[in-house]
Order: sequence, then structure tokens, then C-alpha cells
Amino acid sequence: MKRPRLRAESLHVGYGETPVIEGLDLEVLDDAVTAVIGPNGSGKSTLLRAMGRLLAPRRGQVLLDGKRIDRMPTREVATLLGVLPQTPRAPDGLTVAELVAHGRHPHQAWYRRWSTDDDESVAAALRMTGMTDLAGRVLDQLSGGQRQRAWISMALAQGTELLLLDEPTTYLDLAHQVEVLELVRRLRTDLGRTVVMVLHDLNLAARYADRMVVLGDGSVVAQGAPHEVLTEDLLREVFDLEARVISDPVAGTPLVVPVSPRTRAH
Amino acid sequence: MNGPRPARLRSAAVPAIAVGGLAIVAALSVRIGDLPTSVGDILRVLSGGGDETQRYVLLALRLPRVLIGAFAGAAFGVSGALTQSIARNPLASPDVLGVTPGAAAGAVGVIVGAGEYGGVAGPASTVGLPLAALAGGLLTAAAIYLLAWRRGVDGYRLVLVGIGVQAFMMNLTYWLLTVGDVADAGRAMVWITGSLDGRGWTDAVPVAVALCVLLPLAVIGGSALGVLQFDEDTARNLGVRIQLCRAALFLVAVALAAAATSAVGPVSFVALATPQIALRLAGVARPPLIGSAVLGALLVTSSDLFARVAFGGVEVPAGVITAVLGAPYLMFLITRQRRKAHV
Repeated sequence: MKRPRLRAESLHVGYGETPVIEGLDLEVLDDAVTAVIGPNGSGKSTLLRAMGRLLAPRRGQVLLDGKRIDRMPTREVATLLGVLPQTPRAPDGLTVAELVAHGRHPHQAWYRRWSTDDDESVAAALRMTGMTDLAGRVLDQLSGGQRQRAWISMALAQGTELLLLDEPTTYLDLAHQVEVLELVRRLRTDLGRTVVMVLHDLNLAARYADRMVVLGDGSVVAQGAPHEVLTEDLLREVFDLEARVISDPVAGTPLVVPVSPRTRAH
Repeated sequence: MNGPRPARLRSAAVPAIAVGGLAIVAALSVRIGDLPTSVGDILRVLSGGGDETQRYVLLALRLPRVLIGAFAGAAFGVSGALTQSIARNPLASPDVLGVTPGAAAGAVGVIVGAGEYGGVAGPASTVGLPLAALAGGLLTAAAIYLLAWRRGVDGYRLVLVGIGVQAFMMNLTYWLLTVGDVADAGRAMVWITGSLDGRGWTDAVPVAVALCVLLPLAVIGGSALGVLQFDEDTARNLGVRIQLCRAALFLVAVALAAAATSAVGPVSFVALATPQIALRLAGVARPPLIGSAVLGALLVTSSDLFARVAFGGVEVPAGVITAVLGAPYLMFLITRQRRKAHV
């Protein structure tokens, strides 16, 4: 069987003295949407940043197409893998079109700044996120949902087959969360992209992910299809949550209905 | 600059028009002077003819003076465009931050150390002087950085510290000139205000070499300037290591300012204003490098021409002209930023 394009081997990552991830192994399924879930502080964002070479591992390695990602030229990585951080910051006064155009930077060189390819990629990215009409607007004037879509457009314009999204639905109301996740699904079905995203909402993760990876205390405690992973036992053990898991009446995926947080006496 | 925009034509037109202006100023500078020369004389001399006086005045005095002004102006312009883009602050130019006066102090140090009154010759001049200027510029830059550091460097703080360091470096230059007993006022003036008076071919070589090496580096690295405005993670995602890229471009900027200073002294205002003028003329978001280079060359050569001819028989250093133009602009920028900082 073909090895997955992106994987982590006995990965150790931390900030300063504090270890966050210790000895984690993960293979990211190609052409699928993977949701990384886990309680607060379980190392979800840290894992995503390490997988996207934004954080250097202390030990172990992240491999992209069989090569150590932290030893590849960062620009080469940028043409293969896109990472959208949780709270990206753009310079003041930047318009949506300008932001999305920056997504083409890895494909340009100092002697070739802008091509028709770039034009097409930007137009397609704006279309896909429904941002075409807002292209001329300044980023600071957009609503949270629009701004999030603008950043996703930039990641799309980057044209990478692998996409890592850190909580792409933060700050969005439910309608906008669903909108963003529908877009993520289309990235896989229409464009065959591989997506890894950190999500807090278990029900939305179960509905939109092909595969779920559950983190607890810096290592993978469960992974697989949502109906295999999202069980009442797992919720009790990993999330410390007493809950029923029923079938989502709309999508048929697992639906978590909380009962109460477990009392610590158990 | 990234992105398709109608301003592309406009941003190409600015350097083109400025090159035209530069050609006119250069032609006038070569023609005008105590020895009246006609266009015909110039052409004759350039094609190898003319009498001995004409050849001397044109080839040994006026031509190198114009060229050195153009080279130094271009280097100052690009240097300012880089530092302002990196710091995202129109005040952050090598002259305001004290890098240029620091380079001048370094150069004066060599002159005084070499023990010659007001000038050095030979290898000390062509290699030692620019290297000393570079060392002075780098040391000053490092000092400002350390003094302004408070868990990261804030743009406004950097400028305030820079203005202080600039004053210190100016006084260090005065002191060195006094200690070194530099008797020649013209020479001293070069290192205090910046002047093109008496500059010859040997002074032009280092800055020309620096431009040939550093301008391509600036243009190559400059393609990442747009991405440098983002946060570190986003920039890395787009294939740019922010800290590395910022440090490398800052180094290029300091080296350009030092090379220009070793040629004409700490001519102020050019690095500060030309990037902002070029930016407004081109209608783009960040100072354009080539536009700043050409406008910088135009500003220094025309200031020198004006300084030579405007006051009758009295010749004024070009740096005085740029300082007179620059002081009000600098005050305007500072008051505007202060207001912004308080809101």
C-alpha cells in the first residue's frame, strides 16, 4: 500500500520547558478530511503547527512525501502544503483580493511576479468561497465569517493538495460554521484535496470528517471513522463527559448529547 | 508588489520619468560651472577630444561628481525603502535611526586613525573607508536594536531611540574631527552634513560596487516584503522565514547606507523622503525599490546642482539643501505619529 503523503513519527513537541506532544505517531489519510478533536490543552493546535512545520519537533519527525518537512526548503513546502493558523493577522488596509493574491507567493519568483495562472487561481479561490463580490473590500471591514472565508480563499489560491486548518470555524455562528465546513467538504469531493482540521464541535466534526483523530494528553488515543471513534466510553474517558451518542437525524453520523460532566469522585 | 492592479503602469512610469529627470540634471551638472562649456564641448570631450582644461574639468571633476551623487542617492533611496518596509514605519530610515551618521563616524575614525589631515589615500581610502563606514553603520544599528528592545521591537520606540543615537553619532563625528585636527573645512563638511564637493573617481568606486552587488539582492529579497507584513506563521506558510528574511534585508539596507555615506557623507532626508515620495507617485502600498533608487539619485544630484549654482559664488554642501528640505518633513512625520500613538 502507498504510504500517506503526510505523517508524524514518534513526534515530541513543546514550548519552552513544557512538553505538549510526547511520542505521537500519525498517518494522515490521503484524499480525505481528517478532524483532530480532543479536550482543551490536549495539543491539537500544537500538533497541527508541527505537522505544518511552523513548530520544530524536539524529537521524532514529520514526513512530507517521505522527506523530513523541517529540512525541506520552506518555500517548497509552501507549494505542497498550506497551513491556516488559528488567528492569522494581515497588514492594515489590505483588501480581500490582495490577501488572496498573497497565496500565490510560493509560486512566484523575483523575476516572475504575476502570471495568468495566478489570476485564474485567485479568481477560482474567490469563487469557491463566494467572496468574488467582496474582493475589493478591506479585510478589517468584513464580518467574522467573511474574513474567515477570505483567509480560506488565500489558502486555496496557494493551490496545495494538503491543507491544515486550525479551528476554521472559531468566532463563527452556527450557520457560518456549516458554510465553512460545506466548503471543506467540497475541497475533498470536487478538488481531491487532503484536509486536516482542528475542530471543537464534536457533532460538526463527526458530520464533516471522513476520519477523526482523538488527542488526549499529547498522544493519539483513538482514530478512525466517526462512528467508530465517537462512543460514549471515549467521551467519558477522554472528555470527562457523560453523554448519549445517537444517530444524527439528518446525516446519520454520531450525535453527542451531553448528560452532565462526570463527577470527579469516580 | 503582489497582485494585478491598474497601478502597474503607473508604478512603471515613475522610475521612467525620474530617469528622464536624472538625465537632464546630469547634463546640466556637467555643463554648468566656472568653466563655461557647451554641449558641443561635452560631446567632444566624451568622444576623446577637447583641450586639456576642458578634459580635466569635465572628466576629473564634474562627471565623477554627478555619478557619485547618482550612485549614493540610489543607495540611500533603496536603503530607506527597505528599512521603512521592514519596520512598517515611514520614519524608520537609516538617517533618522542614526545608521548614516554612525557610518560617517566610522569613516572619520579611519581618517583620524590613519593620521592624515582630512583625507586618506590608497587602499585605506578605497577599501578601509567603506569598511569602516560599514562597521560604524552596523554597530549603530546593533546599538539601536539593543536599546529599543523590550520583548520585541516597537516601531515608535525604535525611532525615538534612533533619534537619540543619531545625535550621539553626530557629536562623535564632531569630536573625532576636532581630535584629528582636520584642518580642511571642506573635508570636514563632507562628514558632518554630507557634500559632493571634491569627490572624485576613487570615492565613487566603493558605492558603485556596493550598488552592483546589493541592489540585485534587495530586488530579489524585496519580493518577500509583502509577505513580511503578515504574522510569523502566515509568512512561514507562504514560504518565507520572517526573522531571517527581515535580518538579511536590514543588513542589505545598512550596507547600502554605509556605502553611500562613505562616498558623500551622511546626506540626510534622501533615505527618509524618497521612498515615501516614490510610494505616493506610484500609488502602491509599500515603497517601491527601483522607484526609490531613481528618485534618490535625482534628489542628490539636483540638490548638489542647486547647491553649486543657486548662491552665486558661494558653494553650499548638498547635504545642507537636503537637510533644509528634510527638517520640516521630519517634524511633520513625528507630530503625526505622536498623535496616532496617543489615540
